[in-house]
Amino acid sequence: MTASLSGHMSALTRRRLFWPVTILIVLLLANLLFTPDFFKIEIRGGHLYGSLIDIVRFGAPLIMVALGMTLVIATRGIDLSVGSIVAICGALACLWISGQDDQNSVAGVLTAVGLALGLALVLGLWNGFLVAGVGMQPIIATLILMVAGRGLAQLITDGQIITINSTPYKLIGGGYWLTVPFSILLALGAVALAVALTRRTALGMLIESVGGNAEASRLAGIGSRRIIVMVYVFCAFCAGIAGLMISSNVSSADGNNAGLWIELDAILAVVIGGTSLAGGRFSIGGTVVGALLIQALSTTIYTVGVPPETTLLFKALVVTVVCLIQSPAFRAKVFQRRRRPSARAAAREKTKVEVAP
Amino acid sequence: MAEPAAILAMTGITKEFPGVKALSDVDFRLFPGEVHALMGENGAGKSTLIKALTGVYDIDGGEILLEGEAVRFTGPLQAQQAGVSTVYQEINLCPNLSVAENIFIGREPRRLGAIQWKKIHRRATELLRRLRLDIDASALLGTYSIAVQQMVAIARAIDISAKVLIFDEPTSSLDAKECEQLFRVMRQLKDEGIAILFVTHFLDQVYEVTDRVTVLRNGRLVGERLTAELAQIDLVAMMIGKELEVLEQLDEQPKSSPAALQDASPVVAASELGRDGAVAPFNLAIHRGEVVGLAGLLGSGRTEVARLLFGADRADHGQIRVDGTTVAVRNPRTAMAHGIAFCSENRRTEGLVEDLTVRENIILALQAERGWSRPIPRRRQEELVDKYIKALRITPANPDMVVRNLSGGNQQKVLLARWLITEPRLLILDEPTRGIDVGAKAEIQRLVVSLADGGMAVLFISAELEEVLRLSHKIAVLRDRHLVTEMPNDGVDVEHVMRIIASGAAV
Ligand SMILES: Nc1ncnc2c1ncn2[C@@H]1O[C@H](COP(=O)(O)OP(=O)(O)OP(=O)(O)O)[C@@H](O)[C@H]1O
Ligand SMILES: [Mg+2]
Repeated sequence: MTASLSGHMSALTRRRLFWPVTILIVLLLANLLFTPDFFKIEIRGGHLYGSLIDIVRFGAPLIMVALGMTLVIATRGIDLSVGSIVAICGALACLWISGQDDQNSVAGVLTAVGLALGLALVLGLWNGFLVAGVGMQPIIATLILMVAGRGLAQLITDGQIITINSTPYKLIGGGYWLTVPFSILLALGAVALAVALTRRTALGMLIESVGGNAEASRLAGIGSRRIIVMVYVFCAFCAGIAGLMISSNVSSADGNNAGLWIELDAILAVVIGGTSLAGGRFSIGGTVVGALLIQALSTTIYTVGVPPETTLLFKALVVTVVCLIQSPAFRAKVFQRRRRPSARAAAREKTKVEVAP
Repeated sequence: MAEPAAILAMTGITKEFPGVKALSDVDFRLFPGEVHALMGENGAGKSTLIKALTGVYDIDGGEILLEGEAVRFTGPLQAQQAGVSTVYQEINLCPNLSVAENIFIGREPRRLGAIQWKKIHRRATELLRRLRLDIDASALLGTYSIAVQQMVAIARAIDISAKVLIFDEPTSSLDAKECEQLFRVMRQLKDEGIAILFVTHFLDQVYEVTDRVTVLRNGRLVGERLTAELAQIDLVAMMIGKELEVLEQLDEQPKSSPAALQDASPVVAASELGRDGAVAPFNLAIHRGEVVGLAGLLGSGRTEVARLLFGADRADHGQIRVDGTTVAVRNPRTAMAHGIAFCSENRRTEGLVEDLTVRENIILALQAERGWSRPIPRRRQEELVDKYIKALRITPANPDMVVRNLSGGNQQKVLLARWLITEPRLLILDEPTRGIDVGAKAEIQRLVVSLADGGMAVLFISAELEEVLRLSHKIAVLRDRHLVTEMPNDGVDVEHVMRIIASGAAV
C-alpha cells in the first residue's frame, strides 16, 4: 500500500509541472510555424546563438527575481519592491563605473558590483525588518520601497540615463563564457544555490512551515523572524543581480524604466510554477518553468506579430488561460462529467444517465 | 423499540482516497427521534461517512435515501437546506459578530435585498428560548464560553427545519457540566422527533444519551446494535476487533508508581509567575519523574499556565527556575533550550502544519532546535518517525502522507510524537487525549507513566478529571484564573476535586 501511495504522490507532483511545461512547449511550437528555424541552435564566432538561447538569456533577470520571490511567497509574504531594487542596483553600479577614469578596469567593475549588491542586501534587510520586526503586512511593507525605491534610483541617476562603456561590466548581462551567455550561467548558478540551500539543509522545510502555519511554527520553536528576514534579503539580492544583468546588457542605467513591472511578472511566474500565494509548499523548478513561459510568451508576441497596442491584452489572455487550465476545479468543470446541480434532480439525472448509454 | 421508517438510509457507501479505502460498502440508517452513536477507532471512517452524506466528498459508490428519496448533495449548504445539518468539532463561527448574526449568517432573511435585522433578532431569540438557553442574542459571540458557542452552532443548525442533526465529536472540548447541558438539548431535540447522529470517543456518553450504536472498523461496517442491549466490553471489542487480552490491558489502570526518585530540587519551578488578564501569579514546582495534573473548568486558566511555562505568552510577573537557577523564558525557543516542551490543545491552529507530511511535522521541533543549517539526516528522520508511528499506532502508517488528510485522532498523535522525539525534561501535555480512541488513549496514558518512570517531569492537563487523577502524583486545581490549591494525589477522588473547583477553597 505504501508503494502505491508514493506512486500516487509522485504522479501528483509530476502533474503539478505538467501543465506549465506543456504550455511552454505549445508556445515554442507555435513559434516554429512563424519562424521555421526557431529551434536551431548554432555556434557563431564561438558563441551559442538561437531563439531558444535568447529566450533563456533575456529571461535570466526574470528567473533571478522570481527565484527570490518564490521563497518570499512561500513564507506567505510578497515583495513588491524588487523592480525598484533592480533599478537602484543597476543605477548605482553604472554611476560608479561612469565615475572611473578607466571604465574597463576590472577592479572598478568589481567594486561597482560589490557596492550594488551590498546595497541590495541592505534594502532586503529593511524589508525583512518591516515585515518580521515591525510586523507590517508584507504587501504594505514592500510597497514602501517599491515607491520610494524608484525615487532613490532616479536620485542616483540624477534623472538621466547613465551610459557606460565597460567591457568587463558588459560580461554580466551581455557577454559569453565558454560559448554560453554569462547571464544564463549566473541564473543557473543562483538556481542551483537556492535549491541546495533550501533542500540540502532544513531551510526549505522551515520556510514551508512558517508559511503554512506561522503560529504553530513559533510554538515548535522555529525562529520564524530570522527566517523571514533571510528570505527577504535573499530576494533583494536576487533582484540586485537581475538589476546588474539588465543594466549591463544595455550598458546603461535608467532609473525610471529598469525593472518596471518585473515584480508582477515574477509573481506570475511563481504562481504558474505551482507555489501558492497562501504560502507553504514551494517549487523552485516550477518557478523556473513559469519564468521561461512568460519570457517565451513575450518572444512569441513579437514573432507572431501581434500588433503592439494589443500585446498586453494578448499576454493577459494567455496568462488567464494558463491559470485556468492549471486549476483542478476548472479542469474538472470543463473536462469531466459535472456534479449534478441539485440533490433531488441529481437522483433523477443519475437514472437518466444510466439509461441513456 | 418499534421501528418506524428510517429517515435516512445509506447503503453500500464506498469512498476511496488515493491509496486509502476510507469506506467500503458501509450501510447506515437513522430513525427519527433517536440518538445514534457512530463509533470506531481513529481513522475508522466516521468523519468520512458524515462528509459523504453531506456532500463534502463525492462518493464512489452507494446510495443515500432521505425520507425515501435518493439524494446526492453537492455540499453542506445544500444538505442543510434539505434538513441535514452538521455541528463540527471546531466551531466555525465568527466571534466578533453577535449571536443572532452568527445564527443567520449566509442566509439572512431579506426583503428587497435589505437584511431584516429585526426579524433576525426576533427569530434568534425564539430559537434560543426553544433550546432553553439564557443567552443575549445581541451580545458578541466571543464573549461566551466555548460550550455556549457550541450551543449557538446548534441553534444555527436546527433553525432550518432540521430533520437530521449530526454532531462530529462535539464533546471533546467540553467539561462535564457543559456536556450535561449539551445532552439536555440533544434529548429535547430527540423528543421533537429529530434524528441525531453523534460521534464520540467517550463510552460513558454513548450509554448516557444514545439509543443505537453503529460501529465502523477500517472503513467497514462492523454492526448496528441497540445501546441498551450492548455491553460496554462488547462495544469495545467491536471497535478494536480484538478479544479479551487487549481489553484486560485497557482496564488495567496505568497507575503511576509513587515518585520515589524525586530529587530535592524541582526540574522546573514557577514562583509568582503570572500574566495580567490571563492567570494570577502562581507557584508550581514539578520534579523529576513526577506527573502533575492540572484540574479546572474550561477557561479556568489551565492552558494559560502551560503557555507561561513554555514562553508562548510573556509573563508579567514572577520567574521560572530550571534546576534551581532562574532562567529567562522569553519565547518557545528559549523554553525548549531549557528542556521544556508544550503539546498544545489546538492542534489545527497552534500545532500542526497541515500541508506538510507526517514525517516533517514530527521532526519539526527537533529540527528547529538544531537550527536550519544542521538538517537531521534522512535515515535518522525515518528511524525516529517509524518508531513513533508504531508506538502511537498512527494510521495509515505512511510518513509521506500530508497531515491534512489524516483523521482527527491521528493528527493528535502526530503532534504528540513531535514533542516526544525532542526528549524534553518537562513535557507539558494540554489535552493530549482529545479526540483519541479508547485503545490509543490507554496507550498514551501508559506512555505518560513510563516517561515519568524514566525521569521525565510531566504537566498533564485534561478536562477529564478521572484521567488526571489516574495519572498524577500531584494535583493543582485552578479556578477563575487562580491556582487555588495543590495537593498530593493519595486517594483523592473526583468528588473531592469537583468540590474544590466549585467552591474555590481547599476543603
Ligand atoms: N482527504 C483525504 N485524503 C486522503 N485520505 C483521507 C482524507 N480524508 C480522510 N482520509 C483517510 O480516511 C480514513 C478515515 O478518516 P476519518 O477522518 O473518516 O476517520 P475518523 O473515523 O473520523 O477518525 P477520528 O476518530 O480520528 O476522527 C483515514 O485513514 C484518513 O487518513
Ligand atoms: Mg473524525
